[in-house]
Formats: sequence, C-alpha cells, structure tokens
Amino acid sequence: MISDWPLLSLTIWLPILGGSAVLFAGETNREGARNLALAISVLTFLVCLPLWSGFDTGTATMQFQERYPWMSTLGVYYHLGVDGFSLPLILLTTFTTVLVVIAGWEVIQYKVAQYMAAFLIMEGLMVGVFAALDAVLFYVFFEAMLIPMFLVIGIWGGPRRIYATLKFFLYTFVGSVLMLVALVYMYFQADSWSIVDFHHLRLGYQEQILIFLAFFLAFAVKVPMWPVHTWLPDAHVEAPTGGSVILAAITLKVGGYGFVRFALPITPDAAGALSWLVISLSLIAVIYIGLVALVQEDMKKLIAYSSIAHMGFVTLGFFLVFSIHENTGELAGAALGIEGGMVQMISHGFISGALFLCVGVMYDRLHSRQIKDYGGLVNTMPVFAAFMVLFCMANAGLPGTSGFVGEFMVILSGFHSSIWIALLAGLTLILGAAYTLWLVKRVIFGEVANDGVAALEDINTREALFLGVLAAVVLGLGVWPDPLVSVMHESVENLVQHISVSKL
Amino acid sequence: MESIYLGIVLAPLIGAAVTGLFCLKLPRATVHWIAIIGVGCSFLLSLVVLTEQMGEGAETYNRTVYTWMVSDGIRMEIGFLVDRLTAVMITVVSFVSLMVHIYTIGYMEDDPGYNRFFSYISLFTFAMLTLVMANNFLQLFFGWEAVGLVSYLLIGFWYKRPTAIYANLKAFLVNRVGDLGFLLGIAAIAMYFGSLDYADVFNAAEDMAMMQVEIVEGSSWSLLTLICVLLFIGAMGKSAQVPLHVWLPDSMEGPTPISALIHAATMVTAGIFMVARMSPLFEYSETALSVVLVIGAITAFFMGLLGIVQNDIKRVVAYSTLSQLGYMAVALGASAYSAAIFHLMTHAFFKALLFLAAGSVIIALHHEQDMRRMGGLRRHMPITWITSLVGSLALIGTPFFSGFYSKDGIIEAVKLSDTPGAGIAYAAVLVGVFVTALYSFRMYFLVFHGNERMDEHTREHVRETRPVVTIPLILLAVPSVLIGYYTVGPMLFEGFLGDAIFVRKEHDVLSHLGQDFHGALGFALHAIATLPFWLAAAGVATAWYLYCYRPELPNEIAERLRPIHTLLANKYYFDRFNDVVFAGGGRLVGSLLWRWADAAVIDGILVNGSVRIVGWASGIVRLVQTGHLYFYAFFMIIGLLLGLTWFLGPEVWNLLIG
Repeated sequence: MISDWPLLSLTIWLPILGGSAVLFAGETNREGARNLALAISVLTFLVCLPLWSGFDTGTATMQFQERYPWMSTLGVYYHLGVDGFSLPLILLTTFTTVLVVIAGWEVIQYKVAQYMAAFLIMEGLMVGVFAALDAVLFYVFFEAMLIPMFLVIGIWGGPRRIYATLKFFLYTFVGSVLMLVALVYMYFQADSWSIVDFHHLRLGYQEQILIFLAFFLAFAVKVPMWPVHTWLPDAHVEAPTGGSVILAAITLKVGGYGFVRFALPITPDAAGALSWLVISLSLIAVIYIGLVALVQEDMKKLIAYSSIAHMGFVTLGFFLVFSIHENTGELAGAALGIEGGMVQMISHGFISGALFLCVGVMYDRLHSRQIKDYGGLVNTMPVFAAFMVLFCMANAGLPGTSGFVGEFMVILSGFHSSIWIALLAGLTLILGAAYTLWLVKRVIFGEVANDGVAALEDINTREALFLGVLAAVVLGLGVWPDPLVSVMHESVENLVQHISVSKL
Repeated sequence: MESIYLGIVLAPLIGAAVTGLFCLKLPRATVHWIAIIGVGCSFLLSLVVLTEQMGEGAETYNRTVYTWMVSDGIRMEIGFLVDRLTAVMITVVSFVSLMVHIYTIGYMEDDPGYNRFFSYISLFTFAMLTLVMANNFLQLFFGWEAVGLVSYLLIGFWYKRPTAIYANLKAFLVNRVGDLGFLLGIAAIAMYFGSLDYADVFNAAEDMAMMQVEIVEGSSWSLLTLICVLLFIGAMGKSAQVPLHVWLPDSMEGPTPISALIHAATMVTAGIFMVARMSPLFEYSETALSVVLVIGAITAFFMGLLGIVQNDIKRVVAYSTLSQLGYMAVALGASAYSAAIFHLMTHAFFKALLFLAAGSVIIALHHEQDMRRMGGLRRHMPITWITSLVGSLALIGTPFFSGFYSKDGIIEAVKLSDTPGAGIAYAAVLVGVFVTALYSFRMYFLVFHGNERMDEHTREHVRETRPVVTIPLILLAVPSVLIGYYTVGPMLFEGFLGDAIFVRKEHDVLSHLGQDFHGALGFALHAIATLPFWLAAAGVATAWYLYCYRPELPNEIAERLRPIHTLLANKYYFDRFNDVVFAGGGRLVGSLLWRWADAAVIDGILVNGSVRIVGWASGIVRLVQTGHLYFYAFFMIIGLLLGLTWFLGPEVWNLLIG
C-alpha cells in the first residue's frame, strides 16, 4: 500500500535532496537544471496526493505519523504527522512550488541551478514546518526556511534587496527567538518535546500569558499583523516573482498555522484573555491596511498590503471563538471562524500567488511595477487581461471564487460575536473591491497608455499554463469548497472543544 | 422536472462559456447562434415551467442540487425553489434576454467586441436565473454578486472610454455598499435561524417575530426588523434606491442592449424580487416595511424630477427606471408584493422596449444621444416611432396599456395602506404620475416631433433600422400593450402567486382592493374618472405645450428657476458628495496612514529607530574596545577591585568596625 510509505518524509526530503542534486548537477547545464527541478517538484506534488486520498476525515488525530529518536539524550524525536490543519497547507506548498518552477523557467537566467535549488529546498523545509510534531524539529525547520528565502531575495532581488532582506530576517528572527525560550520552558514542564503533549500541558495563568506572548510575537510577525507588518511590502517589492509567490502563498501561512498549532491549544486561557487585542489588530489590518493599499503606486506593494488585509481575516477567524464564548456563552459559530480562517489561508495562497505571477508577467515585459507605467493592457494582452480580472475579482472576494469562501465564513462567525465585528470585517467588501478594481481600471482598462504597452505580446503557453491552472483552482474552490472544508472539519471541531476547556 | 430546471440555468452558462473561451477564435455568426440557442432553450423551458405552474394544484419544487459545504452545523447548498413567482421571473428574464440577444446582432454589428458581448449577456442570463431560482440565501447572494460582476463587465464594455471604466468601478463599489448590508442580513439569519434555507427560515419567522436583539448597549431591536432592514440595504444597492442610486445613471455608459436588459428590465429588479420573496420576513416588521415604503417614495418622486432636465436620451430612460423602481419599492412597503412583481413584469417589457427603441434611434443617428440634436424622426423611422409611443403610453399608465394596470394597482394599494409613511408615499406616487408623463413625453416629442435638429449629413442618412433591430421592438411592444389587460386579475387579485407571497391579514390591501375589481375592462374605464389619469394627461399636455407648441419656453423657465434647475442638473449633488467624502476621503486617510503611521512612525521610529538604538549602544561599547593592552589591564584591575569590594567589603567593614 502506498499509504504505508513514509510519505511525509518523502515530501520533505525529496525536494531537499533533489534540490541539492540540482545545485551540484546543474551548474553547467541550465536546461538540465530546469528539467530536473520540474521533475522533482512534480514528483513531490504527486507524492502528496496519497496523503490527500488516504486521509481519514473522520478523526482529529494525527495521521501518517513517523516517529524515530533523533537526539535521545535530549528527548528529541524525528516526529512527523498531519491533521486537518497541516494537510491542506502541505498540499498548497507542493502545488505552489511546481508553479514557481515553471514561472522561473525563462525569466531566470542568472544562476539558474541555485535559483531552482533554493525553491526546492525551501519547499522541503516548509513542508517540514507543517508536518513536524516535535518542537525542536519544528523550530529547526521554522528557522531554516528563512535561509533560502533570504538568499532568493538577496541574490535575485531588486536594487534595495539588502535593506529588505535584513529587515525581513531581523523581524522574523527577533520574533522566533522568544518562541524558542517558550518551547524550552515547556519542555521542562512536560518532559517532552512533543507538540501534542504541549497541548495537554497544564499551565498557570501567568505562565500562559508569557508563553502566549512569545508565540504571538513569533507568529504575528510572520502573518504579518499590524504593526509588525512593514517588512512584507519591502520584501515583496525586492523579491523576484517566485520569491513573492512563495512568500505570500506559504511563508505567511506559517504564522497562521502557528496560532492553531501552538498558541490556541497550548495557552487557551491567555489567548482568551488577550483575544480582544488580536481581534482589534486583525480589524485594524482589514481596514487600516485596506486604506493604505488604496493609495499604493507600486503594484507589488499594493498586493502586499492586500495580503496583510486578507490575513487579518485569518487571525480574526481564529480568535473569534473566545469573544463568541464570552458574548453568547455558547460555541456556535466558533468553528465557522476557525474553518473560515483556514480556508482564507489556502485561498489567499492561490490568489495572491496568482496576482504576483500576473505582476511578474507584466514586469518581465516592461520592467516596471509602477501602476502609472501601464494602462490599456487589454488592448494588447486580452488573454492576460481576462486572467488578471478574474484573479482581481477573486481578491475582492467575489462569490464563485475561493476568495469569497473564507471571508464569508469569518463574517458569519463574527456576527455571532457582535454585529459590529461583522460590520467592520465586512468593510473589506468595499475596501477590497476598491483597491483591487481601481488597480484593474488603471492597469488593464483604458486606451493604450504608452509605446511600451502598445508593443506588448500576450502571454505565451507557459504563462497561460500556470495562470490557467490557478484559475481552475480558484474557481473550483469557490464553486465547491466542501472537499477542502471537510478535510479540516474534525480537527477544527476538536480544537474548539479543546480550547473551550480552561487549563487553570 | 429537475433536468428542466438545470437546463434553464445551464444552457446560457454553456453558451457563455463556449463563446467566452473561444471568443478570439470563433466567427461571429457561430457565436451569436450559440448564445441565442442557449438563451432560447432557457426561454422555451421556462415556458414549460410556467405552463406547469399555471395548472391547478401545481406543486412547489424545492430541492438541493449539491452541498456547497457544511460548517458549524449549517448546511450551505445550491438548490432550486420553483413556484409561480419563480416561473414568472424566469419567463420574463429569459424572454427579455432573448429579445436583447437578437437585437444585439444588429446593434453591435460594427463592434470589435461582438463575441465578447454575447458571452457576457449569456453569462448575465445565467446569473440572473440562478438568483431567481435560488432556494436559499447563499445561492441568492451568489446570483446577486454574479449579476453585479457582469454588470461591471458590461458597463465597462467599451473599456477605452474613461467614462465607462469610471462608471463600472463606481457601479461595483456602490453595489458593494449594499451588499455589505445584505451579507450582514444573511449572517444574522445564519446565526439566529441556524439555516440558510428559505423554507426553514420562513417557517421559523413567526416564532422569531417577538425576538429582540441588542445592537448597542441598552437599546433593543426586533430581530426581524434588523434582518429586513439589512437585507433591504442590499436591495437598495441592486435596485438603485436613494441614496445608493448613483451608479445607475452612469451605467448608461454601457451599450444600449445592456441598458435594456440589465439596467432596466432584470438585474435592477433583483432587489424588488428579493423583498417579495422575503415577504414572510418583512410581514413581521412594520418598521422595515415603513423604511421600504419611504425610501421607495423618495426614489419614485425625486428621481423622476431629474428625468425632466436630462438631455441624453438614455439618461432620461435611466431616471425613469429609477423612479419606477421606487414605485415597486412603495408597493412592497405597502405589503402589495404582488403589485410590485406585477409592475416589475410589465415594466420589464415596456422599459426594455423604450431602451431598445432609444438604441434604434441612436444607431440611426450614428451614435448621437443628445436629444437636442434629434427631432422629427417619426417621418424617417415609423416602426421605432410607433413602438416608442407604445412604450411611453405604457410607462405613463394610459388605461388599457400594461403599465396602467400595474401602476394603478400600486397607487390604489398605497392609498389603502396603514404602514407608517403611507400618506407621504401616496402623495409622492400621485405627483409622480404627472412627472412621469412630463419627462416621458418630453423625450417623445423632442425625438420624434418638432424640427429636425441634426446636422445635414446625418439627416440625409437617417432611415429605419434593420429588421433584426425592429422585430424585437415589435415583439416587446405586444406584451407592453396587452399583458396587463390579461394578467391583472390573476396577478393582483386572484392570488396567482399563491404561497410564494405571504401577507398578513391586517396588511392585505390588495384583497381589500379586489373587492371592487370586476374585470380588467371595468378597472380601466373606472380609472378615467380618477386623479392619476388626469395627472398623466396633464403631464402629456404640458410636455406638448412646452416642447412642441412653445419650444422656446423651457429655457425661459429654466432661467427663471435657476436654483432649482442647478440643483436638478447636478443631481442633488450626490455624486459630488461621494467623490469628495468617500472617494477623496478614503484616499486621503489611506495616504496619511501610509506616509505617517506606516512609514514615519512604525518604520521610521520603531524599526529603524531600534536599529539606531542598537547602533548607538554598540557605539558606546565600542569606545571601550581600544585594542591597547594597558587599557584592558587597567579595566581588569578596576574590575578586580570592584569585585573584591563587593564580595569582601562587608567582611572587611566588620573587621574594621569590630
């Protein structure tokens, strides 16, 4: 049986080892490096599929577990497993990496092998983050995945890449150091590095608050939440297209994942006590950042800010459970919020990835990200324009696209807490449409703006391929999100039950 | 029957998908045939459904097609609810859509976006049919937003025009404001009813009628009032009620067939349809009904006034649409849901006719839309002339024409209504009759009578448009005249819509009215002795006097009433207000947050500031690292001394003291 194989290990190590192979083998042969990278990424994605088909949606326990002693004197295990939270994110990671490899095919001419290798290695590390059930293993992957991204921005990035990489690195590093302290503390309390054991660890209120704050800082930076978000626009602007896609589609999701894997189940009482803070920051992200996105002149910055606003829905959805419980005394609506946040993460992975790829398509042709340098693209690139309008509509949360599903669920959940939360979150309907469609108006519609635009050629087969695949996924999830939601369902219900019981 | 319902919805979708995906490849004739066959299938199947539903004891069909998702115990599904209300709606929608498809062959023949246009209108038909056939709020919202999307695409169809891409963005955003209310209403339903299914919600409505919710501390609202008002905010966006009406006149930037189909006959009536569908909820909230009534009355009267000062032929018809939507809302507010749906139906025919006739004039004059450069066209375009006259007569409510029955039904119903605000609403719809007649016949006289004011070149080339344009006009003119006469009885008084509409006894103005109803003929004859008829006649007479008999007079009047004319010409300054406050304000706040909060405070002070603090601190520490051996030795000795003092100091002290 294929599902008896160590599928998770394969998904982690195949791209890491394969990436190393590309690195060494492809120095002289660019075409070979590309083909090998594509083969490895596709293979990794295929290896993931049995995880999906073999996943038992009827239980919240960890599945496909692998557990071997790693550093036995310290009690560290090489322990992997997936549940309804991590499986969709792993699939998203392996899927997106294939697209990124294809997207970098002709565009990257400088150090091709290293470029492809960086993304493959990063893929393995990110899958590791989502699959690790041992805190040390998690931390190693969590920190290690910074390195390839650091290199991708630093080597293939734009003119201000050094500032951007440093800012990116310091922000995320400062956040995660405190988390390490918290993990070590819990190891001494639980005498185990197992994350599942941490979930059942009894902790006092003071301890919980401190641990929660450590987690919060680490993950809030990743998400990123206001006010620790300013690294993201800079990183995106300087990153090459592939870097932006991975950054937006996957790296940010590590923050959201951290909340449901660590902060909520380990410190439920602290999370409850501070939920007002997280909810406020999330609503600030939706509204404040939405307004900031409106006035951006650089397309990548606009999409970066839009990402922050959309990720606001994720953290909002995750923390609504507490305010619902406090305001109504019940848990009805709480699962909607958490599931909505999860769906929003997956959907945002596809949509923001697609939008960054769209900007990449334009940048490859005109070498500008400034909105004012474009206009009337539909005249010369009608097929591209159709894709761009579709993804922008998805970004604006149009029903029938995946962008609607998560926001809808979170707004429904928010209403259980208070009509005002639902109203403020719902402002994204207007703001999201305003900044995205204003972008469409200025870039896509109108008369041909300049000679550069007049000379543009429409997308080629390769570009049509990755945009088409993304379009199919975005529409598919919008029309029928049930397969995605039902995978998460048990894990979410379980989490809601778990955090509704005080640890004090 | 299920396959029939699926066919109705999917036929235009397939048409749209095929023509859309291959719009750059397929030849034009193939495209329009695919699209027309798709919509034609919908129309024929709709007729089957309508006949079926008209039969005695026809059953309501209510079933799920598939489960969209299940979360938190709420099943969210896609499914169909087919009853007589649905049957009427799908027939009207697919019929008008079919007419518009055919007409488009003529109207868009020179347009490079011909194929794309067919794809869009078929997609629209799909979306609208999904909306009216929904059996749950989720699908309703899907259709709701999908028609908004297609409307956006079609208003901006001529994407090179700055005005068009301004108008489509504006339309989408204004609609989104309404959608926010709508979505919150749905959220409230999901929370309190635990279901999004119409049947579940309607069944529980009576039990929920007493429920109170606190929105702000200490003030409680009836739950159903809250839900209904929120839902109606959505309807205000889609059905362009004041103050969310601002997008509709600008939407005339789209090609005329679209103005006919989307921005007159079907999409803008979605809000009206929705409220009628929700009658089991609205009936339990006097407050919500009153809101609907008053907003509708304001829209009906004040938007009608604006029609008088417009010179663009399409904008006159657009303001007329706004005003008529106001009439429908008034009917809803008066609990005369059937009257609203009836007016929706007749209006769909005659307003589509008026728009398509206007389009016919526009093509004949080589895309001239300014009525000041028209005139005397009745001599050149007999079919367009007669059908326009028919449409106008129907619109102003001439007895025996379809518009008469529906409009008179509304006016009489409001007269009898006890809903708070009914008095004002009655006055508004009554004076509105005069206003309607005035602007309609102003347009009619300016276009078809009087001097020929176009330039010499255009005048020589004016001739009647092709049959592909005029045949839809004729086909729409027939129901514009007849449909009222034949359906007024069943629609208004004999409960044709049956269980689809729920009216509480104390609100049931129509059955009250029905006691005096003795057939369509008597209804019309009786009307000649009533005020509305003479108001309409006075409107026509005034229009004739001002625009045919003394055409110099209107300018003099405008001059005399300068302040009022300015107010009307500026459309009560709604647009200016929105541009400055919302669009400008949003951008200003966004800039401030970005430049000041993000860039200056967070990045400037906090991020780069902490870098500077680290730099500053390390700068001080660096001073000590001189690299000279004696310097380090000196500090070691100092350190040793300090250490010794710290550890041994107390002992030495004791030794000395002791």
